[in-house]
Amino acid sequence: MAFTFAAFCYMLALLLTAALIFFAIWHIIAFDELKTDYKNPIDQCNTLNPTVDRVKKIKRVRLALKLVLPEYLIHVFFCVMFLCAAEWLTLGLNMPLLSYHIWRYMSRPVMSGPGLYDPTTIMNADILAYCQKEGWCKLAFYLLSFFYYLYGMIYVLVSS
Amino acid sequence: YALFTCTYKCLYVSGDSSSTTTGSASPVPNSYEYVEGGGYSGTSLQSPPTSVPAKQAPPFGYNYPTMHPAYQQNPAPRPDSSPSHGGYNPPGYQPYSQVLTLLSSALGGLGGVSELEAETLRPVNLLQERNILPPKYTPPPEPNLSNDLRKVNCSPDTFRCTLTNIPQTQALLNKARLPLGLLLHPFRDLTQLPVITSNTIVRCRSCRTYINPFVSFLDQRRWKRNLCYRVNDVPDEFMYNPVTRSYGEPHKRPEVQNSTVEFIASSDYMLRPPQPAVYLFVLDVSHNAVESGYLNVFCQSLLDNLEKLPGDTRTRIGFVTFDSTVHFYNLQEGLSQPQMLVVSDIDDVFIPTHDNLLVNLKESKELVKDLLNALPGMFTHTRETQSALGPALQAAYKLMCPTGGRVSVFQTQLPTLGAGLLQSREDPNLRSSTKNVQHLGPATDFYKKLALDCSGQQIGVDLFLLSSQYSDLASLACVSKYSAGSVFYYPSFHHVHNTAQSQKFQKDLQRYLTRKIGFEAVMRIRCTKGLSIHTFHGNFFVRSTDLLSLANVNPDSGFAVQMSIEGSLADTSLACFQAALLYTSSKGKRRIRVHTLCLPVVSQLSEVFAGADIQAITCLLANMAIDRSISSSLSDARDALVNAVVDCLTAYRANGSNIQPSGLITPAALRLFPLYVLALLKQKALRTGTSTRLDERVFSMCELKCQPLLQIMRMAHPDLYRIDNMTDQAALHLNESVIPQPHLLQLTAEKLTREGAFLMDCGSVMFLWLGKCCNETFIRDVLGYPNYASLPSNMTEIPELQTMYSERTRAFISWLLESRTFHPAFHVVKDDTSAKTSFFQHLVEDRTESAFSYYEFLLHIQQQMSK
Repeated sequence: MAFTFAAFCYMLALLLTAALIFFAIWHIIAFDELKTDYKNPIDQCNTLNPTVDRVKKIKRVRLALKLVLPEYLIHVFFCVMFLCAAEWLTLGLNMPLLSYHIWRYMSRPVMSGPGLYDPTTIMNADILAYCQKEGWCKLAFYLLSFFYYLYGMIYVLVSS
Repeated sequence: YALFTCTYKCLYVSGDSSSTTTGSASPVPNSYEYVEGGGYSGTSLQSPPTSVPAKQAPPFGYNYPTMHPAYQQNPAPRPDSSPSHGGYNPPGYQPYSQVLTLLSSALGGLGGVSELEAETLRPVNLLQERNILPPKYTPPPEPNLSNDLRKVNCSPDTFRCTLTNIPQTQALLNKARLPLGLLLHPFRDLTQLPVITSNTIVRCRSCRTYINPFVSFLDQRRWKRNLCYRVNDVPDEFMYNPVTRSYGEPHKRPEVQNSTVEFIASSDYMLRPPQPAVYLFVLDVSHNAVESGYLNVFCQSLLDNLEKLPGDTRTRIGFVTFDSTVHFYNLQEGLSQPQMLVVSDIDDVFIPTHDNLLVNLKESKELVKDLLNALPGMFTHTRETQSALGPALQAAYKLMCPTGGRVSVFQTQLPTLGAGLLQSREDPNLRSSTKNVQHLGPATDFYKKLALDCSGQQIGVDLFLLSSQYSDLASLACVSKYSAGSVFYYPSFHHVHNTAQSQKFQKDLQRYLTRKIGFEAVMRIRCTKGLSIHTFHGNFFVRSTDLLSLANVNPDSGFAVQMSIEGSLADTSLACFQAALLYTSSKGKRRIRVHTLCLPVVSQLSEVFAGADIQAITCLLANMAIDRSISSSLSDARDALVNAVVDCLTAYRANGSNIQPSGLITPAALRLFPLYVLALLKQKALRTGTSTRLDERVFSMCELKCQPLLQIMRMAHPDLYRIDNMTDQAALHLNESVIPQPHLLQLTAEKLTREGAFLMDCGSVMFLWLGKCCNETFIRDVLGYPNYASLPSNMTEIPELQTMYSERTRAFISWLLESRTFHPAFHVVKDDTSAKTSFFQHLVEDRTESAFSYYEFLLHIQQQMSK
């Protein structure tokens, strides 16, 4: 039993995937908030100062929308690590998401800065539903891969 | 709940003459969503539905007409027997009882089918029936409501739904394969509008809907919402009727008698004191602009209309000009002449002085006039060919930031300097390609970002593009699109060489400068629980799922809304839609204009088909197709349009009307569907194969997205009349003038004759086409020339001659123009001039090199259906 580079990769991936899961949850909440945005005036009235709450909400949504790029970078980062560690199966499992990310970023609306979401089209029901679905799928993927990395790490540690 | 009620009362002035105390208690809200109120509450009480309108039960045995055997070619004049139902009865139909039974059993709902529905459901075989066009303009189908409700329902010019019978569930809607949506023209100029001033604006406590004619009063003190069915109290003040000066009749109040009302809003509906009317004009003064000569026309027009600019004593005005630098004008009261300030640092543009660039119009009127007189002459010898539009817009934004208002931008070329510079993206060789059209979307997001900033500061940007070369309207239009402005485009504008354009520009400006305007506006659309908004179309920024932010609102823009049915509407018999537009008038009053539309809910597929409003469907589809062509591709959008027809007709066939398996059967309500879709496919915006400049295509797209319904319909399917043989038969008599009513003709060259004169009305342009052997009396009496040969080829007006012929023609044309706000350009087209292509391209039923004729299109659809 030795601590190899592959084991290190799995450990790192494990930690980063935990972060990604957090991102995904944030993403889902943000889009849900956009969709049900201020639909419930009772909610507004219950808090003493509704405006503070609203500003917080908007900030939360904005932050979540900005987290897209870090998420992609983190994912690319541990894919490269797996490549270096020659963990082909793991890399192969990550390929679909990687290519999806690349496709998604290539087909983003025309924008000068980094980012993926266009404030003028985000309220379109189709796009909103798509983004929500995307969030759930990613959450599921990250959860599964979290356990896979856990298994992979133990396997590498034990077998070597 | 108790907690809710009391906090609620703090925020919303409700009931009990407690407005003085509550006014001070309410925290100052700082967003419009908040002020305008939210949508639905999840916890609203569900009560049983309101009373069902009595459905008319006609005597059974209405004669269903059969198919006409021959493919009729002659436009035999026929009496318009039933203009009010939107249908007409072609002659020669015999009752055919067998078809009747078959049909009625096939369509289900046999007992309840009213006479009106039966007419709209009459199956029409499009391959056999040729004359499907109604002989004159037909109003949209009337919703099947009780008479009382129908009388108070919103005018179809303002508020229309694609399906006048709302399907109960999404599944039923999917079965019909028709789009569900609303077409709105909320700020339309109205001749009659009840304006209500009261301390309390009565709204539902939970969903914040305004009181409207479709609520029900349970008793004197309580009313029930028609959107969420919550029971509300009637405030005391509401018991008093200001019109009849009587007490205790809440159902006679104007709010409850009219579905379009305007409220004067109290300070609860303000985030800041109402802004004054502020107008900023940003003018291109580069060599290109001076060459085109628009500056003269503009300055003259503004001088003429300076008094008529909507506003009050606070109205402010300012000017910015730009070429490769940005120029500001100090118009401070007391200066002997306007002072020009030049900012040449266009990378980081700044405002040279913060006061006196936007000045009070009243105080500095003389200086403004001086400037307008001097402006055209100031740049006559300029050699500057560059254009720094981006920096000029940034400057305008900074200038307007503190107040908000309207920015009118005049641009004559591609912006070449500073932020937001653009490159030419059009390849002239690909103009007529049948393959995909590229570059329909913006090249940069600079203009969009700027527009969003502007929208946030309540600045609306209107763009006038007067350019002979490619100017990338696809990118530039974004600045208006997201700031709720409007776009005007005058291709190859020149004050001397292109008089028709010049005249149009002048007339448009006249209207533009004097039309009503609303500032810092928001519009919210509420609908019955179960319905939800899918997508908005038009010029605005969507702030929340049902809230549009409109920095400026003008009376000439329309909106479309796609709807979806989320829940089931089974427990209700009426669906209501309410559009509330909150704006600041040019006089500094905060006002709310509320439109309410009420439609019946149906459970049968046949009823959904019967209530289809084909014009509204066409407009909504056009909007959807344009979105599609930008987000995906033009060919995708075109396919989607064809599929819309195919799917809908397949759905109708699958519904059981298998009386005549051969042929292309549509219900009468949808008989114009294939024709209108074909017309859309031949629009500049969506056509392929015909040479179309990219800018013109993009402009056509902009128009389809933000014009009101009637204008879109005229653009897509122009009205064609023969006017050389108009008679007074069946003429309209209005205020002592006789207006002849010629029949609408089909848009095909087959209807044109060499002996005739034909008027085509395309909304923003009108053509008078003269055949080679046109009646000489007509030419002499109406156009004032001795014969056909002596007519000039570029006539743009009909002279005012004192002949009966001329008077009749002019009466007819001015009657057509009456309801229109912008004057169309007018062209007299001789049969032999090159201009006739622009006339013939509108004959949508004819075959062109690259597009189907109407009959071919029908065959194509039939083929697709049988797949």
